[in-house]
Amino acid sequence: MAEKLGREAAKHVAELAKLSFTDEELDQFVPQLEDTMHLFDDLQKMDTTGVEPMYSPTQEANVMREDVAVPSGQRDALLANAPETDKGLIKVPAIIDESED
Amino acid sequence: MNFETTIGLEVHVELKTNSKIYSPSPVAYGSDPNANTNVIDWGYPGVLPSLNKGVVRDGIMAGLALHAQITKHMHFDRKNYFYPDNPKAYQITQSETPIAHDGWVEIEVNGKKKKIGIAEMHIEEDAGKNTHTGQYSYVDLNRQGTPLIEIVSKPDIASPEEAVAYLEALRQRIQFTGISDVKMEEGSMRVDTNISVRPFGSDKFGTKTEMKNINSFNYVRNALEFEEKRHQAVILSGGQIVQETRRYDEATKGTVSMRTKEGSDDYRYFPEPDLPPLDVSDDWINEIKEAMPQMPGERREHYVEDLGLTDYDAMVLTQTKEMADFFEAAVADGADAKRVANYLMNDVNSYLNDEHIDLQDTKLTPAHLAGMVKLIDDGTISSKMAKKVFAGIIDGEEPAEFAKAHGLVQISDPAELKPIIDGVLDNNEQSIIDFKNGKDRAVGFLVGQIMKQTRGKANPKIVNQILMKALNER
Repeated sequence: MAEKLGREAAKHVAELAKLSFTDEELDQFVPQLEDTMHLFDDLQKMDTTGVEPMYSPTQEANVMREDVAVPSGQRDALLANAPETDKGLIKVPAIIDESED
Repeated sequence: MNFETTIGLEVHVELKTNSKIYSPSPVAYGSDPNANTNVIDWGYPGVLPSLNKGVVRDGIMAGLALHAQITKHMHFDRKNYFYPDNPKAYQITQSETPIAHDGWVEIEVNGKKKKIGIAEMHIEEDAGKNTHTGQYSYVDLNRQGTPLIEIVSKPDIASPEEAVAYLEALRQRIQFTGISDVKMEEGSMRVDTNISVRPFGSDKFGTKTEMKNINSFNYVRNALEFEEKRHQAVILSGGQIVQETRRYDEATKGTVSMRTKEGSDDYRYFPEPDLPPLDVSDDWINEIKEAMPQMPGERREHYVEDLGLTDYDAMVLTQTKEMADFFEAAVADGADAKRVANYLMNDVNSYLNDEHIDLQDTKLTPAHLAGMVKLIDDGTISSKMAKKVFAGIIDGEEPAEFAKAHGLVQISDPAELKPIIDGVLDNNEQSIIDFKNGKDRAVGFLVGQIMKQTRGKANPKIVNQILMKALNER
């Protein structure tokens, strides 16, 4: 992990997050991100032998809801916040690729 | 060169819960677009998911039905991707701790039995539905958050035939748990495949190609057969299989490459921070085990050993849980098992095929079928009359009432039959003489006359008894 993040990796991560940066912005952000990554390097140095991974910050477990349907009745209010709608559907620019699960 | 084929299948099964996996919105089909959605389904800022206990229960039940180990301590993971049918821009799924793992189902291909391993099973959420017209797409989030179980096979499947047998076995077992409709044509069961081919004896798997969302067992078979041959041909000609996602084309029964974006499947999984981890107790697992409906294998055994049906009958009756439940309910109502089985396998099944509907879509009830079978057995109606009564009960009529209302009742009362029989004998003295001379055909003639007199309503069994006695007395 000690290696630098690098400009290309930063651009890849930005693309995954649907963000685009100018060269000037990259000049600014890449070193900042690399500084942050160094903090993780320090954390990685800790000896965690025999320590169980923590998947959640809360100690609470087994919080479940009974399987009861509750209609929100908020369809119109929700649709009102969509940029465009058509017959109760959310209208978006054409999608070409099919989705994956 | 001889080849061996390795197939892996990922099956998604939609659960029939009342509410969604992470929100209390209803799970229902055919509702107005976006009617079954709330702020959680839309991924509004600041909302929190809440886990549906019913989904965890169903996931455990599916695991048990597939002989899998249930994970006692699990958590959820976040899979990140952008797509308009999923406004959160991530799917809450399970990656590190699947709800169940290391299961198996048994298949039989060409008389040979084989166990196909199941690597793992996850509970997760479905996405919404997109429709496309011209320059716009339209999003309906009703399906967003519908619970799914993803079932991942081990690479034990060695042919397209075995793949289909595996899917059938899987579909049947899940169907019998009652947690899903598992209908390919309605999308409540969806199949992704991957296949690779290698020279026989090679210790390394070949390069695999994937196909997603194939929507019938036949297409799965065709697509895999095509890919198997294509891989072999490419390898034989010294070429290289490219790892890619392909699409099955119904028209050509072939597969075509899909344009795939470089690096697009970088999902950056991490533990889901909005849901606490989950412990599953042995008590709960046992409780679910107790509540689980009997699997088809156990039922077949019961039908053959306790109810005297043939292996074939038992197999037909356990094709769906609805049919098996219906059969058992009719038998529990006191009807003869073999006769109920025959009606279900013949009259009922051909009716369902003709009408293209499922058993649960008819008005036929187990009590009514049992009632009709009992009317046949006690001589109230003949098998011929039963054909007409059947037309009534399939429309929800009560068999005894329907038979009475339509005059479909046999005359079984000897007091009523005796004078008719005596009358026929008085008018056919030649037949009596023929009978005394050993001509058995005369009996058939006399029965025919009696039937004519009663317009086919006389109970043949009773008629025979009275007639023989009367003949011998003359």
